Amino acid sequence: MSRFLIKRLFSATLTLFAVSVLTFLMFFALPRDPVTGMCPKNCNPERLERVRDDLGLNDPLVSQYAGYMKGIVTGRDLGSAQGGRCDAPCLGWSYVTNEAVSDTIARVLPVTLSIVIPAAILWLLLGVGLGMVSALRRGTWLDRMAIGFSLTGASLQLYFVGAVLLLVFVYNLRLLPVPSYTSIFDNPAKWASGLVLAWVALAFLFSAIYARLSRAQMLETLSEDFVRTARAKGLAKPTVYGRHALRAAITPVVTIAGLDVGGALGGTVITETTFGIQGLGRTAVDAVRSGDLPTIMATVLIAAVFVVMANVLVDLLYAAIDPRVRLR
Amino acid sequence: MSLSPVEGVALAEIESGTGSGGPGVKGVVGRSPGQLAWLRLRRDRTAMVSGALLVFFLLLGLAAPLIEMAYGVGPREQFQKLLDGFGMPLGYAGGVTGDHWFGLEPGLGRDIFIRLIYGLRTSLFIAFAAALITATIGIVLGALAGYLGGWLDAVINWITDLTLAMPFLIIALALTPTLTLRFYGERGQVSSAFGVGVLIAVFAIFGWTSTARLVRGQVIALREREFVEAAKASGAGLGHMLFRQLLPNIWAPILVSFSLAVPQFITSEAALSFIGVGLSDETPSFGRMIYRSLDFLQTDPAYVFFPGITIFALVFAFNLFGDALRDALDPKSSR
Amino acid sequence: MTDEPLLRVRGLTKHFPVRQGLRATGLVRAVDGLDFDVRPGETLGLVGESGCGKTTTGRMLVRLLEPTAGTIEFAGRDITHAGRRELRPLRQDLQIIFQDPYASLNPRHTVGRIVAMPLQVNGIKPPGGVKARVQELLELVGLNPEHYNRYPHEFSGGQRQRIGIARALALRPKLIVADEPVSALDVSIQAQVVNLLRDLQRDLGLAFVFIAHDLAVVRHFCQRVAVMYLGRIVEIGDRADIYERPQHPYTRALLSAIPDVTRLGPAGRIRLSGDVPTPLDPPSGCRFRTRCWKARDICATEEPALVPRDGGDQATACHFPEVAGATEAIVEEVSR
Repeated sequence: MSRFLIKRLFSATLTLFAVSVLTFLMFFALPRDPVTGMCPKNCNPERLERVRDDLGLNDPLVSQYAGYMKGIVTGRDLGSAQGGRCDAPCLGWSYVTNEAVSDTIARVLPVTLSIVIPAAILWLLLGVGLGMVSALRRGTWLDRMAIGFSLTGASLQLYFVGAVLLLVFVYNLRLLPVPSYTSIFDNPAKWASGLVLAWVALAFLFSAIYARLSRAQMLETLSEDFVRTARAKGLAKPTVYGRHALRAAITPVVTIAGLDVGGALGGTVITETTFGIQGLGRTAVDAVRSGDLPTIMATVLIAAVFVVMANVLVDLLYAAIDPRVRLR
Repeated sequence: MSLSPVEGVALAEIESGTGSGGPGVKGVVGRSPGQLAWLRLRRDRTAMVSGALLVFFLLLGLAAPLIEMAYGVGPREQFQKLLDGFGMPLGYAGGVTGDHWFGLEPGLGRDIFIRLIYGLRTSLFIAFAAALITATIGIVLGALAGYLGGWLDAVINWITDLTLAMPFLIIALALTPTLTLRFYGERGQVSSAFGVGVLIAVFAIFGWTSTARLVRGQVIALREREFVEAAKASGAGLGHMLFRQLLPNIWAPILVSFSLAVPQFITSEAALSFIGVGLSDETPSFGRMIYRSLDFLQTDPAYVFFPGITIFALVFAFNLFGDALRDALDPKSSR
Repeated sequence: MTDEPLLRVRGLTKHFPVRQGLRATGLVRAVDGLDFDVRPGETLGLVGESGCGKTTTGRMLVRLLEPTAGTIEFAGRDITHAGRRELRPLRQDLQIIFQDPYASLNPRHTVGRIVAMPLQVNGIKPPGGVKARVQELLELVGLNPEHYNRYPHEFSGGQRQRIGIARALALRPKLIVADEPVSALDVSIQAQVVNLLRDLQRDLGLAFVFIAHDLAVVRHFCQRVAVMYLGRIVEIGDRADIYERPQHPYTRALLSAIPDVTRLGPAGRIRLSGDVPTPLDPPSGCRFRTRCWKARDICATEEPALVPRDGGDQATACHFPEVAGATEAIVEEVSR
């Protein structure tokens, strides 16, 4: 098990390294001067040159990259124009927002977590539950309703659902405040009421996909020999379905869920844009619009970290659910 | 590749035999697995209805200029006279009239119906092009990885993981203006064809992984089969192995994944346009319409609904059809 | 028939590395130094229990597997490590028939395409056209030539195996490796297919390497027989010698396991104790010694060579070969 873990962590690190190099190349090597985006419209050439020097943009690319990575691991000095000492994990200094990028991230990351984690719990419970029930009650009106729900949900667009939810619950019925983020530690009620529409919108769309997937998996598992054997052996239905079938059917769902949650943590761009909440995704979009390279780099890297970590977690979960995996 | 001209001739000769030949031949002509699947599809009412809807959408998109002529309004025409002092369309439901079936855009006063028709055209073109390109890349890489295995497999797998680890929306968002700058410079007038091209390219870079994984898995399952070894023992080359022996056996799952990829690209295109990538406001597109419409959510809800419902109907039809196709191609799979 | 062998195999070896992670932790000695010849038009049977390396040998002969060591000479040319391009002219002379008639035909191709495949990939245009040649081949193997447009799923197992045979014949080979061609078929169909192969062998002058575990089928079909145990040939010789005067204890045991309606009761049956040892770590010396009732100390220390006995064609790898007429004594000894 530990060897398996070490192997997975090693390849994950390698992937992250490659992502960082690629992102670095993509943004620093393309023929767009990062500085023009960082300084107000009427910059004079001397000032531009000074900013370039401050940023180390006149250094060779490799040493720029090395400096950036060193900043993440040990922190580094950025010079007085960029707020001086930048502690680890140092992600650089943004000229657009005039703060250390790590401070921006520290501010917006809890927002995205607050959106994604409750939504994920909601969509997994709803989706897998619905899928299981409709598989066990195959052919009934309940099953048909579930199929209809999942097909509809899978075809809807998040921004459209979000718009409808906003219109109904916020503007017409006035049941909810305009979506916004409050820290859960300051005011849990306000935290929930400000984000509940985002949760519902995300959960609605994702649970549709999960209901479909888990229904198909469950039906396939139910038709397999070991389930029939367990039933023939005289085990009670709940035991068979709960312990034997569910376990086998859930594995592919776990994989997809891990990737989805990992991807969503990297920024729910559309959700945040629709509801006007400033999380990681919105921050990334704003950074791209204003050409704020250090912030773009940071958001891309963080998103990649989440996806890769989710991948590792999924593999570990797999190994826990299915002992055969460990042998590989 | 061993696709020599002779091979082509030989094939043509064998396959030309269908239906001709000696007396009584008709009785022994077999039904290919593909023909059987087609028969099953024909009997499926959902497939036929959703398929008809798709054909309807395709025709609408293809015939956009004709519809414009019949309708009498162009996608860039502005009807400021029909807006009130705040730029809101006059009349009910966002200015729906006999001249403007789905009403007008607030602010610019452009006709929503004809813009939707052109948006449909843009979306379908991008989605089909992207699905074709990603399927091709995915098939080639997946088949090579699965069939040859070894270090090539490891490398392709790793690239797949890497691609999946990149946050697609953010990178697309960041890459598009950079690419545009590279080709047009700071002040150049960006053509809408270029915007479409960049979108397709971005989809091609990020969209091939699922097909590649699918094909790789299928090829690995097939490559130890004896008919593959029989071809190898006869001296077949890589090209023959992949394209003549292996691919004909996995076109069913590929077709299903293709039919489900198209609506995904429609959605992604809308999402990208929604966050402001790729297409300029000049090019009519679903995502841009919704993005603009969100500002008018309270004042002109009809502006949100028409594009939203249209995308939903289109994607819904594709998903229904994809499901039915899966059932027809793989009767064992349960819905 | 000339004395120059068509196929000459010397020291043929295949070891599969066993990996755990990146480290190789062992070797499966699937085939470990085989020597045999096949003369033109001759049928050599390769028999043994499952897992003894028969199939691996067959795949190496047609170069589906790369030999670890040893040489394969075909028609006087060394093809042990020949590449695809060098093999091309030889492919036409060397074909294979597979065991599983369901897996060996591409389900998406018509019978016509399947049988024509070897012609296609080698760019051969037979006189009279591909279709005529395909129909001729189908007729040759006893199928309706009008069926060339049908798909494999429309045929029975025996018919499918005939299609596989037609495909192997398409290039007019000199040698066919038949890898358990009938063991997946119903017993009633087996005889038909074996008879077809025998007719083809006689009419077309084909040489066969016939891999089987069914000794009765081999006796019916093969002129010479090689008995394999754990990756080695333990005995090789003419059919009559092997079946009537087996000299290796293992051959003897195998033969005694053939159900024989004329001899009732367990009297003639030799029961081998224990399992076949793992090819990961085969026994020292003679590989059969762990199950042999004659094993002495020398069997553990010295490996018996495959040497001809009685000055004939029959060769046995045993320190204590059976002596003709002593069979009854052995049976008695074992049953005690």
